[in-house]
Amino acid sequence: MRKAEGHLDFARCERNKIGRNTPVTFNAAALLLLILGLALIGWLAGRARSAMLAARAGGKLHSRPQYHGWYVALWLFAPAAIFLAVWTSVSPALITNQVLTTSAAESLPAFGFERGAILSDARSVAQGQQAAVRLPAAAPLVKPYAQATAHYAWIGIAAMLALALAGGAYAFTRIRPDFRARTRVERIVMLLLLLASLVAILTTFGIVLSLLFESLRFFSLVPVSELLFGTTWNPQSGAPVADTFGGIPLFWGTVLIGAIIAMLVAIPIGMMSAVYLTQYAAPALRRWVKPCLEILAGVPTVVYGYFAALTVAPALRNVAAMLGVPNASTESALAAGIVMGVMIIPFVSSMADDSINAVPQAMRDGSLALGATPNETIRQVLIPAALPGVMGGILLAVSRAIGETMIVVMAAGLSANLTANPFASVTTVTAQIVKLLTGDQEFDSAKTLAAFALGLVLFLVTLLLNIVALRIVKKYREAYE
Amino acid sequence: MQSRIARRYAAERRFKALGLGAVLLSGLFLAFLLFVMVGNGARGFTYTHVAVPIDFEATPLTIDASRLDDPDADQLIANAGLSDIVAFAADEALGDGGSALISENAWKEVRSAIKADPNLLIGKSTFELPASSAIDIAAKEGAKGELGARVAALKANGRLSTGIHWPFFRNADATDPAVAGIWGALKGSVLTIVIAFLIAFPTGVLAALYLEEYAPRNRWTDLIEVSINNLAAVPSIIFGLLALAVFINWFGLCQASALVGGLTLALMTMPVIVIAARNAIKAVPPSIRDAALGVGASPVQVVFHHVLPLALPGILTGTIIGMARALGETAPLLLIGMRAFIGDVPNGICAPSTVLPMQIFLWSDEVDRGFVEKTSAAIIVLLIVLLSMNALAIYLRNRFEKRW
Repeated sequence: MRKAEGHLDFARCERNKIGRNTPVTFNAAALLLLILGLALIGWLAGRARSAMLAARAGGKLHSRPQYHGWYVALWLFAPAAIFLAVWTSVSPALITNQVLTTSAAESLPAFGFERGAILSDARSVAQGQQAAVRLPAAAPLVKPYAQATAHYAWIGIAAMLALALAGGAYAFTRIRPDFRARTRVERIVMLLLLLASLVAILTTFGIVLSLLFESLRFFSLVPVSELLFGTTWNPQSGAPVADTFGGIPLFWGTVLIGAIIAMLVAIPIGMMSAVYLTQYAAPALRRWVKPCLEILAGVPTVVYGYFAALTVAPALRNVAAMLGVPNASTESALAAGIVMGVMIIPFVSSMADDSINAVPQAMRDGSLALGATPNETIRQVLIPAALPGVMGGILLAVSRAIGETMIVVMAAGLSANLTANPFASVTTVTAQIVKLLTGDQEFDSAKTLAAFALGLVLFLVTLLLNIVALRIVKKYREAYE
Repeated sequence: MQSRIARRYAAERRFKALGLGAVLLSGLFLAFLLFVMVGNGARGFTYTHVAVPIDFEATPLTIDASRLDDPDADQLIANAGLSDIVAFAADEALGDGGSALISENAWKEVRSAIKADPNLLIGKSTFELPASSAIDIAAKEGAKGELGARVAALKANGRLSTGIHWPFFRNADATDPAVAGIWGALKGSVLTIVIAFLIAFPTGVLAALYLEEYAPRNRWTDLIEVSINNLAAVPSIIFGLLALAVFINWFGLCQASALVGGLTLALMTMPVIVIAARNAIKAVPPSIRDAALGVGASPVQVVFHHVLPLALPGILTGTIIGMARALGETAPLLLIGMRAFIGDVPNGICAPSTVLPMQIFLWSDEVDRGFVEKTSAAIIVLLIVLLSMNALAIYLRNRFEKRW
């Protein structure tokens, strides 16, 4: 019955009826298309003009005509597009301000939720997203809203067109046979490339800052030591109660499933598959088996989760009942761990494959020449030599396993038990993040913030594992190069 | 000596068998997984229908036939009491409790049929109505007791028929397995992936070009490289937290929409695309760059006229694989509200929508047993889409990739 709580019944909301008599609104997508069209015209005009000037001046152009075209197009497009972006974010506030100065807005409640609801109701009707008002108080505001929307839409459209045309005209007048259009266009291209590569840094900063910011708010309510060392996990909504945000059961569950059970499955099978495929298998077999193994890695985790919950968990519960294990549950750590291990097999196998292949052929040949059988060579020469690389791969696999979410959400259960019994139900950090954030509660409650604190812990641990693993792998590669 | 060699050879054979066993075991897991899903899911594409004659002479539907084309015709027919008429007809035709044997949404099928052909309102005609979930399961799997007897009687009368269930491909989510479908989720998935691709592909390729071709070696580019490599290994759920904090709470973008979902998946796949693109760019031999520079191309021309076209097949392969992974992703989308029940096919990028893996997750939680096979059927659809994407990537790699 988990489903009942987080349900917003969107179906019951009235279908949007757009387009009955659509009033003038500031439609950013349409305007973007408009300036793209203008830019195309600018491109053609710039190219034609430069070609014409060149013909008149005797065929000597510094840049080829299409660079002049690009120059005009960029001057047309960029200022207008930037204005469009700014105006789209600013104009709703301007519109609301103007509506609030009209006489119809005087009867609004002063503050609070109702005021916002009435305003947004009137706005949706005025801008054609909704056929009729839902709140009667919003009805008199529809007309002022429509007027203000149209007013600012016209201002915005006019200013944008003016900017586009001014930019285009400026660039157009600068076209001369000796104008260095290519250099300028290329400078902008370089800027674009740099900006694209900055997105990665921005994302990293975004992750760190958003996790850190929300976590600090959480730690102002609950001490750090409680989250890291407390042994009771039972978060309640409302004000935080002492001893309910202890993370140890979650951390233990994560380690039990991701680092112990999953690895007990994945390491032996993955290693042995890699050894067999690199050392024994015929090339034809290898060509077929490797992609099949990779399918295992490509199956979505939600499918694994469903498989674990539907097939593996009930089977394990029956086994446990036969063995007489107490507390056997259908949501067992073992089911989630085994299925997660299966998912990780191709990962471990391909990392081991790479490391074994990186061992110099001379070492293998030397061992075989001394009379060792292939299996002795593998066990006593190749694997010890490849061990650092394999260890790095295993650390990466662990980092992936503890960050895995859907399998544990669906198969491992949500009750925080501190138990070593693999047939019992345990929960993990990721499963709790999902549990804390799905369900209806306000964003500021300790429960919601706790999810971000758990996220921060998870992020730091996986980051550490990745850095250590990458360093080991790198060092190991250098040793043989 | 001889016996020792024999022992060592025996160990060798055991070891080799162990290796083969490991490979076979993983293959077996895959086969078992697919077998279970196909075994359960194949039935999800079909549904049992009950033939019910409805006599509109005896129980007339009082409605103005000229208004059947109105936009609110659905509401009009519902208000005219069609559901009662259908229930009555079912009781008449199938005996006591007959209306419980057909789906509670069966009258909506009658409604669409009437809208398509108003002549049905005159006289008596037989409709193939979807059975209730319990009957459907009993008809497919067999059942004992009263239900089994009921199904056997219906079968003997020739009233039951099982066929491909088109509403499964046409409808969005519903609480009744008889009308629940994957079209809404499929469309949401397509919208989400298109947005993710439109953002992640250009950004990723441009970033890779910069890092591989132009970036000076300094602390900043090191920082960019480290963050890209780390982002590729960050658990996906962390991206969900980022999207919740930034896109929804800070920017106030539309919750549970394909837009936010696409942005989240774009951030997640961008590092994958960058890494794949860098490898593809690295594989283009330097002689090509030198030759282009030698005949007077500018550095930007070298890259955009020569390096990028040559690296494109490799980049596309990596991108398709990254997109396939994004398509199967559920965890980050759970956090941005795509978990909600959505009974409508999304009609825009800002409309609340869901995606196929999320639909699988939601159905797997349903209590109604009819959803078990629907879940597996949705999984089959998802796996087919993903496998064909991967096959396309492999085809592209084999067809276009050059070895220098």
